[in-house]
Amino acid sequence: MPEFQRFSYDVLVIGAGGAGLRAAIEAAATGLKVGVVCKSLLGKAHTVMAEGGIAASLGNVDDRDNWRVHFSDTMRGGQYINNWRMAELHAKEAPECVRQLEEWGALFDRTKDGRILQRNFGGHRYPRLAHVGDRTGLEMIRTLQDHGIHAGMEVHMECTVLRLLLDSGRIAGACGYDREKGRFYLWQAKAVVLATGGIGRAFKVTSNSWEYTGDGHALAYRAGAELRDMEFVQFHPTGMIWPISVRGILVTEGVRGEGGVLRNSEGRRFLFDDIPDLYKDQTADNEDEGWRYTQGDKTARRPPELLTRDHVARCINREVKAGRGSPHGGVFLDISWIKERMPKAEEHIKRKLPSMYHQFKQLADLDITKEPMEVGPTTHYVMGGINVDGDSQMATVPGLFAAGEVAAGLHGANRLGGNSLSDLLVFGRRAGRYAAEFAKANGATSIDEQQLQATATEALAPFERGASGENPYQIQYDLQEAMQELVGIVRTEDEMLQALETIAQFRQRTDRVGIVGNREYNNGWHTAVDVGNLMIVSEAVTRAALLRKESRGAQFREDFPNKDPEWGKYNIIIKRGPDGAMLVEKRAIPPIPDELKAVIEEMK
Amino acid sequence: MATQAMFRIWRGDPEGGAFQDYVTPVEEGMVVLDAVHRIQAQQANDLALRWNCKAGKCGSCSAEINGMPRLMCMTRLSDINLEMPVIIEPMHAFPVIRDLVTDVSWNFRAKLTVKPFKPRSPDAPDGTWRMQQADVERVQEFRKCIECFLCQDVCHVLREHRKHDEFIGPRLMVYTAALEMHPLDTEDRTKDLRDKHNIGFCNITTCCRQVCPESITITENAIIPLKERVVDRFYDPLKQLLGIL
Ligand SMILES: Cc1cc2nc3c(=O)[nH]c(=O)nc-3n(C[C@H](O)[C@H](O)[C@H](O)COP(=O)(O)OP(=O)(O)OC[C@H]3O[C@@H](n4cnc5c(N)ncnc54)[C@H](O)[C@@H]3O)c2cc1C
Ligand code: SF4
Ligand code: SF4
Ligand code: FES
Repeated sequence: MPEFQRFSYDVLVIGAGGAGLRAAIEAAATGLKVGVVCKSLLGKAHTVMAEGGIAASLGNVDDRDNWRVHFSDTMRGGQYINNWRMAELHAKEAPECVRQLEEWGALFDRTKDGRILQRNFGGHRYPRLAHVGDRTGLEMIRTLQDHGIHAGMEVHMECTVLRLLLDSGRIAGACGYDREKGRFYLWQAKAVVLATGGIGRAFKVTSNSWEYTGDGHALAYRAGAELRDMEFVQFHPTGMIWPISVRGILVTEGVRGEGGVLRNSEGRRFLFDDIPDLYKDQTADNEDEGWRYTQGDKTARRPPELLTRDHVARCINREVKAGRGSPHGGVFLDISWIKERMPKAEEHIKRKLPSMYHQFKQLADLDITKEPMEVGPTTHYVMGGINVDGDSQMATVPGLFAAGEVAAGLHGANRLGGNSLSDLLVFGRRAGRYAAEFAKANGATSIDEQQLQATATEALAPFERGASGENPYQIQYDLQEAMQELVGIVRTEDEMLQALETIAQFRQRTDRVGIVGNREYNNGWHTAVDVGNLMIVSEAVTRAALLRKESRGAQFREDFPNKDPEWGKYNIIIKRGPDGAMLVEKRAIPPIPDELKAVIEEMK
Repeated sequence: MATQAMFRIWRGDPEGGAFQDYVTPVEEGMVVLDAVHRIQAQQANDLALRWNCKAGKCGSCSAEINGMPRLMCMTRLSDINLEMPVIIEPMHAFPVIRDLVTDVSWNFRAKLTVKPFKPRSPDAPDGTWRMQQADVERVQEFRKCIECFLCQDVCHVLREHRKHDEFIGPRLMVYTAALEMHPLDTEDRTKDLRDKHNIGFCNITTCCRQVCPESITITENAIIPLKERVVDRFYDPLKQLLGIL
């Protein structure tokens, strides 16, 4: 029987991105014993890749901004199916959380009077994103990491959690293995915070890393927690498309925030041709006004390039389908044109978008200060996730908390850029605080040794099958192809039914997966373990998308191309049934309080 | 461009290992990491390597390619001579775990020995600070560091002389510089730099600066100014005479 290395904590945090580190810092500050587990090395989580900025209504650049505007922007972007309590708390607490980063050493770009500078981003009415050039995520994760290592937490780097453990319905900890040696671990805990990020690896073209296999979603689902809004997967409009090997890598929205424009092969700024009614009043109707907006003219309205991501991605898709795309099947994103409008544009671009400059220069041999980029949609973010209480971030399993991309609610049907990094801070902090409270209020748990052994046996099974089993990389690749093709930006019932069948077949293949070599840092084994989680999240996305017979936010159904006000009253909840089958249900959104309704009305 | 190429990858563990050759198709625009991934998916499922972002942002995929410490995801095949086998090895300054993965945990432990950030009290009544862009830019350069540890890998003090217990290496010099030159910081790390972190071991070979994928001017902007601080503090004859240490 496999041995387990045993650790015991008050609060166990799974994930060391922005949300996990923020939660761990908060929990450790209460004096409790806190453990952190993460799949990669410290500081390498997805958060490090974030570019554009952190949304918070500091009002440093435009003093008309405040939490009420941020709240209503977030609700509008989410098409009003958000967890309104989370949207409210997020808008209210984000500024304080950003200032706290500064207190811990973060160095944001500055305004002329020495305060934190803020930039424009899609769907945000005023310049709102605190940033550091286009490497904001690096600044954020490094600040939290360097503060966190002195805050009294134990970090288990390069360890993967395989299962959550329960004790009479309450969370009791987690078990998993270390990548280095393949040893098994038990992390017993009174409360667990899941902060494992997203699911982008379910799709072929994605900005996400190998880590994004929906582990947290699957862990919670298996433990009986509810997922919600899984149909909403964000396709970011601007990913790199050429060369092939960099396909999917993100091109920050900051490019458009700084004045970059999208054109089709005819040179037309096609976004002017299709501005949704919800945004008509806020959007510029000519190129000059759009440019003035990006340069800080408060009387100007924003250019259509800064409409929400779902809309921009679909417009790009349409141009390409209509034969007006760029040579490699995208459209043109041009920042170099600003030299017509400002002196020293080259230096300006290099200073504002250094890593984009670097990325294109090195990976595509292209100088963005001189030529347009070719871009197309890429799978970027999942709005769906674990269903949590808006205040405490507790899931429907007692003692289990979730924060960051793995949790659902804040973003509704579509996330605004910049609202994720602020989400991590606001709800990471809350999850840490309430997990600590839970751990203090509840006694120790006991461990189900049988479950522990069963988990280890299952994890080791692929070694028995060896080279004669299925290749885990190939299964993952085939699944990505299928999801991209059948449950991508444009969805139909027929294709999604086909996807469900395909997933069921892949699941059988997953049961036959075989691994060569031994347990020491065996990437093949790691992939084999992760692919099972991808099956669960892929099925959840597909089932939720099938049930929602309308188009809203990130979900576009060709067979139901319009928004249906009736569907605007529901979220879709997913749960594992007693027989192991996936249950999908419509659940009415609780009525929004009058004060918040009034805020939305006022900002319309 | 060639249609296929040979990659000579070091495979092994702490006990030892050897180079193994893999031939794989290559296409325009590919980087070394793509080729290694393809080999892993098709020929060597258990090949161990690290990566995350594939865009030079996370610092996970460090390796030595044809003898040069580099990020695999930012090294284009078109910049390499594919007539010859492309040699890929793990970093040498750290113990091997397996194949291309090394044990870099020392860097994380050593970081703990540098005193953390300690800000002055806020400038404004609302608890915030004021800083000018020009003042933060200098430190922003250091904060671009992605902790790829390639600079640590080439530094002879670590690579050849194995002074990991006494010297914190260029990466952590950059880290210390970021703290020391942070406009808000009030901590003093000069004595530690001299006694605990042995900044004196560095003889400014600039090897570290030359490999930094973030183009941080490690030596001129970070290490030399820190050395000057140490000298100003401890070796100023006038100050020593007057006994103001
Ligand atoms: C290229 C890019 C640019 C972006 N730019 C922005 C931006 O400008 N503004 C913005 O607001 N948002 C942006 N986003 C989105 C944002 O970065 C992410 O949503 C956010 O960082 C997620 O943070 P997190 O803390 O939830 O998860 P992550 O930072 O991804 O951390 C997840 C952690 O969980 C761990 N983990 C996962 N599974 C397991 C397991 N089974 N066992 C143990 N540990 C596990 C991982 O190792 C990791 O430590 C961007 C995203 C990308 C990809
Ligand atoms: S300059 Fe100093 S720190 Fe850099 S490699 Fe040379 S000896 Fe090492
Ligand atoms: S200073 Fe440069 S080379 Fe050294 S770890 Fe940081 S990014 Fe890498
Ligand atoms: S994979 Fe992130 S730097 Fe290479």
